[in-house]
Amino acid sequence: MIKDQWIMGIETSCDETAVAIIKNGREIAANVVASQIESHKRFGGVVPEIASRHHVEQITLIIEEALKEANLTFSDLDAIAVTEGPGLVGALLIGVNAAKALAFAHNIPLVPVHHIAGHIYANRLVTELRFPLLSLVVSGGHTELVYMKEQGHFEVIGETRDDAAGEAYDKVARTLKLPYPGGPHIDRLAQEGSDTLNLPRAWLEEGSYDFSFSGLKSAVINTVHNAEQRGEIITPEDLAASFQESVIEVLVKKTVKATAEYKVKQVLLAGGVAANKGLRKALKTAFSDKADIDLVIPPLNLCTDNAAMIAAAGSIMFEKGIRADLTLNANPGLEIELYN
Amino acid sequence: MTILAIDTSNYPLGVALIEDNQVLGEYITNLKKNHSVRIMPAIQTLMKDCERVPAQLAKIVVAKGPGSYTGVRIGVTIAKTMAWSLKIPLVGISSLEIIAAGAGRYFDGYISPLFDARRGQIYTGLYEYQCGELTTVKNDRLVLSADWAESLKELEKPILFAGNDLALHQAVIKDALSSQAVFAAITEHNPRPSELALLGKNKQGEDIHSFVPNYIRLAEAEAKWLEANGKISKG
Ligand SMILES: [Zn+2]
Repeated sequence: MIKDQWIMGIETSCDETAVAIIKNGREIAANVVASQIESHKRFGGVVPEIASRHHVEQITLIIEEALKEANLTFSDLDAIAVTEGPGLVGALLIGVNAAKALAFAHNIPLVPVHHIAGHIYANRLVTELRFPLLSLVVSGGHTELVYMKEQGHFEVIGETRDDAAGEAYDKVARTLKLPYPGGPHIDRLAQEGSDTLNLPRAWLEEGSYDFSFSGLKSAVINTVHNAEQRGEIITPEDLAASFQESVIEVLVKKTVKATAEYKVKQVLLAGGVAANKGLRKALKTAFSDKADIDLVIPPLNLCTDNAAMIAAAGSIMFEKGIRADLTLNANPGLEIELYN
Repeated sequence: MTILAIDTSNYPLGVALIEDNQVLGEYITNLKKNHSVRIMPAIQTLMKDCERVPAQLAKIVVAKGPGSYTGVRIGVTIAKTMAWSLKIPLVGISSLEIIAAGAGRYFDGYISPLFDARRGQIYTGLYEYQCGELTTVKNDRLVLSADWAESLKELEKPILFAGNDLALHQAVIKDALSSQAVFAAITEHNPRPSELALLGKNKQGEDIHSFVPNYIRLAEAEAKWLEANGKISKG
């Protein structure tokens, strides 16, 4: 009988303190997330120093909860996987140092994980991955298309040249004076409005899979400003719908084009913005007539930051033999292709 | 009883192992290098050299601040995680008190350890050895070094100042206190990790989950928010 593999994941790259335990790379035994959103709300965004302070407050408590939920002890663990980067450096440091302390105290292998690899691997908690595949990663800090020819191998074929889609959402939400975090509010308003404002789509040069959202963001601000000067009223619903439609159309069309060029078997949606209803619907529609391509969209709680995804990616990295020693540091600008 | 002490709260990085009535080993550097990269390997090397394993540890003592926010958090995170997961007590000690313990042990008077806190400010407190026990006379605080020195004038004993940032404030202190101020030699400025271990040796363990650094100062965003919302800032 083959022994089960148990991986603990630790994730503290932004404003969630998260610890999870995954069995055999795919089964969630525990997935604990302590969100700090309420604490950062009053500042209108994540304050790095405050995020770091909360992580220190929470870390051992969350590790304990995860072990209890999984009914395991440290001696059962095959490895501890931790987010090495990218993210807020002070926040990452808490997870990295807690992971190193556990690895040393209990003599457990330490596996460094890229945060985006984690988001992509959230999909493996839903279904087995089939290669080659393409993942559309959309979050507060990232908008990229990642091609994977095999497990644990990542190739960025397109990425944003300026703002991430999530950043554009936050800025537009601020223009509309929506509370933080603004993304879900825009998504909700967009369902009630229509795409009437003809906002630009940034296709960039022919054949490029890169993205750009700063022009769209400026167009939204100008549209609101001009309307105000002319004394016209733009309904927030229509503005949200027009903005969201522009973002989604570019994301979906580039994804569809890349799946054809790279002849992939699977398309994975990943990252916090994957919780967006409009994006989910548009992708489903776009791939509804492509029977040979399997579209995977994780449930909402696996799209936002969590540690189950870090443990899931860590499981593959562990099998690939990737290890960190006790000099492991937080790396806020970590490249995903580093561990290929 | 083997005690591990960890201090990463300022530029000095310190690790010590003490056992019963002896210091097994200690390691200290005073460098502007990354604590996150160096502290765990330092703990690992010291324990290996002293032929001790984590399961033998009976207590962890950590410098809990004040100091660099990030630095303090690295040490506290490691100490919390190790102590909780090994099911052993955790004790936090003021980062300033460690300096006072070493520099002032045989000094007849008060001890004011200090760290620079920019814009003329220092983190400091006032300590005194009474019958061989280090006691706190004035709690750790953030204060202008000029105001601090002025406030110490009324004391009737000499005051020993120690800490690696002393040079930045020595003139101000000397102006206010003249011969009442005594300045430690450079060998007394680093917080000795073995002193940290000793300070925590007889102290009760604290609740580990809720253990946090003593930053003294609020995060800037929080202080501003409290001010803007008409709430009193405690920082
Ligand atoms: Zn994320």
